[in-house]
Amino acid sequence: MTTSQAPAHGRFGEFGGRYVPEALIPALEQLEEVWHKAVVDPEFVGELERLQRTYTGRPSIITEVPRFAEHCGGARVILKREDLNHTGSHKINNVLGQALLTRRMGKTRVIAETGAGQHGVATATAAALLGLECVVYMGRKDTERQALNVARMRLLGATVVPVDNGSKTLKDAVNEAFRDWVANVGTTHYVLGTVTGPHPFPEMVRDFHRVIGVEARQQVLDLVGRLPDVVCACVGGGSNALGIFHRFIDDASVRLVGFEAGGEGVESGKHAARFASGVPGVLHGAYTYVLQDDDGQTIESHSVSAGLDYPSVGPEHAYLLDSGRAEYQPITDVEAMEAFSLLSRTEGILPAIESAHALAGAMKLGRELGPDAVILVNLSGRGDKDVHTAAQWFGLIDDDGGTRLPDDPGAKGMGEQL
Amino acid sequence: MSVGPILERCRAEGRAALVGYLPVGFPSVEGSIAAMRVLVDAGVDILEIGVPYSDPVMDGPVIQDAAVRALAGGVHLSDIFTAVRAVSDAGAGALVMTYWNPVLRYGVDRFAGDLKAAGGAGLITPDLIPDEAAPWIAAADSNDLDKVFLVAPSSTPERIATVTAASRGFVYAAAVMGVTGARASVGDAAEALVSRTREHSDVPVCVGIGVSTGEQATQVGRFADGVIVGSALVRCLTEADSEEQGLEALGALARELADGVRRGRP
Repeated sequence: MTTSQAPAHGRFGEFGGRYVPEALIPALEQLEEVWHKAVVDPEFVGELERLQRTYTGRPSIITEVPRFAEHCGGARVILKREDLNHTGSHKINNVLGQALLTRRMGKTRVIAETGAGQHGVATATAAALLGLECVVYMGRKDTERQALNVARMRLLGATVVPVDNGSKTLKDAVNEAFRDWVANVGTTHYVLGTVTGPHPFPEMVRDFHRVIGVEARQQVLDLVGRLPDVVCACVGGGSNALGIFHRFIDDASVRLVGFEAGGEGVESGKHAARFASGVPGVLHGAYTYVLQDDDGQTIESHSVSAGLDYPSVGPEHAYLLDSGRAEYQPITDVEAMEAFSLLSRTEGILPAIESAHALAGAMKLGRELGPDAVILVNLSGRGDKDVHTAAQWFGLIDDDGGTRLPDDPGAKGMGEQL
Repeated sequence: MSVGPILERCRAEGRAALVGYLPVGFPSVEGSIAAMRVLVDAGVDILEIGVPYSDPVMDGPVIQDAAVRALAGGVHLSDIFTAVRAVSDAGAGALVMTYWNPVLRYGVDRFAGDLKAAGGAGLITPDLIPDEAAPWIAAADSNDLDKVFLVAPSSTPERIATVTAASRGFVYAAAVMGVTGARASVGDAAEALVSRTREHSDVPVCVGIGVSTGEQATQVGRFADGVIVGSALVRCLTEADSEEQGLEALGALARELADGVRRGRP
């Protein structure tokens, strides 16, 4: 595993690979072959483009947010509105691609893991659209903090299986999905929701999301007349970030900055900042940065955001970090929730708490770079699913879900937070 | 020392070898080593010494549960070598079964050296395929250790050729598609997989996943070089009311399985 040689098949530098049971190798080989053939087949490409246009609502728009930008050192801040996609986040881009591949492989059942529920909802949606059976694994803790998305998936006809193992979050949902896949691989495709896992998932999922950056680059050029100085995105597994970063990789003047969940602070140990304190290792099929102890046991991650609460990260991000092309910074729960509140109140846009980490990052970078800077932020999802979490965070409802009125001493109110 | 000679000896006796799996650290490090000694006394030829891991994607509920409890009890990677030494001293082949990340974290060369020094035979690597295993293959070869890779019912002839070419000691044939755990029957897929594997190599083929009774051991022992039993043994310990009762149940099942492999080829 030396970096001086050309990267091996399925690797980004030394990262990536295919660390899975032998039983899954034929399925991964089949997937890789079907995917490679599909992306040069006009029928597949045409159908995916048609669905993006007539179902997802692509291209997604960009929105400049001047009132929010006042809190970002006066820099120009432009949001790529993946939150406006059908199902409410970028996740649908990847899922439609994989669902079409599932049909091409002659498989009739899809499984997925989900953290915030966005990928599960997207998968359930695509399964309904294409008539596939759908089972979604979700950590018990996440089913509780994202109850609305659980109901959405069930309304769409999917079976949601709460996972009680380990930390009861995204990592354990992935474990359970792999177990299902090994047992049912003949009929089932695992619609992995982010840019990690065994090859070809990291590359394939990235390519299905690449449309985000392709559109945004041109949209920013049209609006501003030049490339942005910085592109910001939150990084859980890292699919929305790679989706928007990838088209800019060859634009050397554009800084690519990913924001990880800093939870209660990196020093607290309760976070999901893999690049701040993780070391390279293998988790869920890929060699990448992993939160782990000295014995190689995975350390549980923590974040207010279910979608970023994951102890590992896509291997291409590990490569972008080590090669110096991208930078990664932690954003704490408090900082993210401040940005969540700020965008809501200044622009009338409720962001997903995941995406609020990227907004908090833009606030920091804007203050650093000043008013001449142009900052493009991937607003990867909308915050409807987070209303309960945010309302609790800001003390708008009590623990039983009842409304707290402004004269209630327990109600902090979002105004006072700003 | 390789488990090869043990498998040869069993073959000369006209039977399959009995391979038993237990994780280190459940109910405690000492307790697990005592349980491994019980297995060796009951006629288990080769021990698979399991490394408890936080994310065991190939394991069903029984082994997951034992791993969680072992980790909660404070087991460390270094305890593996204590168990290897004890099993080796007791006269059985000592293979370590581990997910890849703990070895990677420990250092592949360092792990191989310490395993060798403790009298270990080699590694079984359920989530490491030969294609990704160059550092381990090099370390194993320079330390004269066994490399047990897996084949599955889904494996193509090309994959079987790749896996058998890289394996030493034996090839682990997964009897069914799925995670570890007892099955009511170990299907025809296992026998077909063993014969498909033998078309590519003379390396012994042991069959695991799903075997839990003496009768199944007999059945599998008719066509495989070794019969691997894991979850059924682990369950004797996890479901026991006391350590003594667990060891008693474990010994009884191991004797039943040992009888089973001896009845395979009359």
